[in-house]
Amino acid sequence: MMKLAHRHTLQAWLFLAPALLLLAAFSFWPVGYGSVLAFTDYSLIRETRFVGLDNFRYIFNNEMFVSGLKNSLMFLLMVPFVQVGAITLAVLVNNRLPGIRLFRAAFYVPVVTTVSVVGIMWGFMFHEQGALNYVMMTLKLVNAPVGWLSNDSLALFAVMFVTLWRGLGWYMVMYLAALQSIPSDMQEAAMLDGASRWQRFWKITVPMLRPTIMLCSILSVLAALKAYQEVDVLTQGGPMNSTFTALYYAYDQGLKHLKLPRALAASFVVSLFCIAIALLCLRYLKPKHR
Amino acid sequence: MTNRSRPLKTRLQLIGQYAGHYAVLCVIAVVCVFPFWWTLVTAISTEGNIFAFPPTFWPKAPSFENFIEVFKAIPIWSFFKNSVLIAVFTVFWKLLLCSLAAYPLARLKFRGRKLVFGLILATLVLPSEVNFLVNFITITQMSLVDTYTGVILPNVVTAVAILLLKQAFEEVPQDLIDAARVDGASEWVIFSRIMLPLITPWLATVGILTAVESWNEYIWPSIVMSKPDEFPLSVGVLYLRGTFGSSTRVIAAGTLITIVPTLLAFLFTQRFFMRGMDGAVK
Repeated sequence: MMKLAHRHTLQAWLFLAPALLLLAAFSFWPVGYGSVLAFTDYSLIRETRFVGLDNFRYIFNNEMFVSGLKNSLMFLLMVPFVQVGAITLAVLVNNRLPGIRLFRAAFYVPVVTTVSVVGIMWGFMFHEQGALNYVMMTLKLVNAPVGWLSNDSLALFAVMFVTLWRGLGWYMVMYLAALQSIPSDMQEAAMLDGASRWQRFWKITVPMLRPTIMLCSILSVLAALKAYQEVDVLTQGGPMNSTFTALYYAYDQGLKHLKLPRALAASFVVSLFCIAIALLCLRYLKPKHR
Repeated sequence: MTNRSRPLKTRLQLIGQYAGHYAVLCVIAVVCVFPFWWTLVTAISTEGNIFAFPPTFWPKAPSFENFIEVFKAIPIWSFFKNSVLIAVFTVFWKLLLCSLAAYPLARLKFRGRKLVFGLILATLVLPSEVNFLVNFITITQMSLVDTYTGVILPNVVTAVAILLLKQAFEEVPQDLIDAARVDGASEWVIFSRIMLPLITPWLATVGILTAVESWNEYIWPSIVMSKPDEFPLSVGVLYLRGTFGSSTRVIAAGTLITIVPTLLAFLFTQRFFMRGMDGAVK
């Protein structure tokens, strides 16, 4: 028996080796090495020196990063909308109505669309003479065409909306899965006891969804803090840096201006925020009575 | 409740309820799908002002002219081939390496199993935002810049794929493995001849999800590849907006060419995207 276990150990590690090597190289190494480089003046042409907190001092004195950080925090405003929206969608499509699969597909289609295409499409939508302005004007919500992406007080919200548009379907599927694992006899028993739809939703569905709500909220908080792709394809940080997010700053510095240590310091800060907020969520949204 | 005593009213109420239900569903569906529709209208129309007020919600003088224009303006055919190439290799290597890793985690007892599993789970939690920046250094030092290997390699092994396949392996009955071991089959034979064929549906799930992910990936390939001819479609389509300065209609057409494969893949394999959900609906 010992011999068998021993043989399995060797074989198991052989099976695992290629995957572990790649994970080490492209997941563990970058996190570790990146955290170290954030405290250096790394560049390809010079000897690397430790510079302590210099990079952090630089970015916190840099208006682009600071306002980027604020914008990243602004993205958090989206989280309740995404979660409430996704739960609503999931409840709406968790039915055996004719054509319901078609609706589920429609809600999920934005999720499987390339972000670059999303950028182009919403560029059309947000155009001064685009469909959105037409609809808004027809409904008398605005009087004159609005430059959604060219107005520096609106552009961030426009980008946030696109992020929401793209993310909703993903969370819907998560909630749909959770809804369908709720045993239906609970709902039926409550119905026999005379509970209204609304009561059943609050007393049964929501508590049963609690673990999923926690997971999805954390995921969407993290996603909000890490927003940058939509910025890249819609506005590239403009107009007047109004849509810079902290991570977009990191990409901009690291890959366009090749200031890698600064970029790493910026993403280090974002990572710290992510960890802190994830811990807070875990603490306060943990399912009770368990 | 009074349901049973007043069936007619209930039925009317139900119809009313469902009408409201469908109305809400339709409004949201329009918001989700409308940008696609408008892009389509823009792409197949050949007449009229694109940004006219009121906008045209129905194609005028429809034709495929703009699509032909896309093929003239950018090497979209080679973008397409590059995307296919990247997707095929990513899927192949991911299925191979992740199922190899998942098998011992699911079915073998060995020293360090908990540790390895913990490490793999950790990659889900680790703040991976730093990855692109340092991975670019790594790829540079491995002289893999401007190669598809550089695009593919960091995406081949993911914790999610390993977890899904591990779960699949765990569902296979132990008797099958015991019988094979008694017959003297090696672990490799058990893995490749018995286990892999049994988890084909899960391999398909992971494969399709990976293919779509890889097709849609935008940031990393745009970092690694610098020669326009070698861009995948997701990166190349933005070229229409830039250097070539093509018209909006051509951009719209190029956009559609980019997403049609994913949309088709999604529509025909919906059950893999929303796995387990339809089965559970009563």
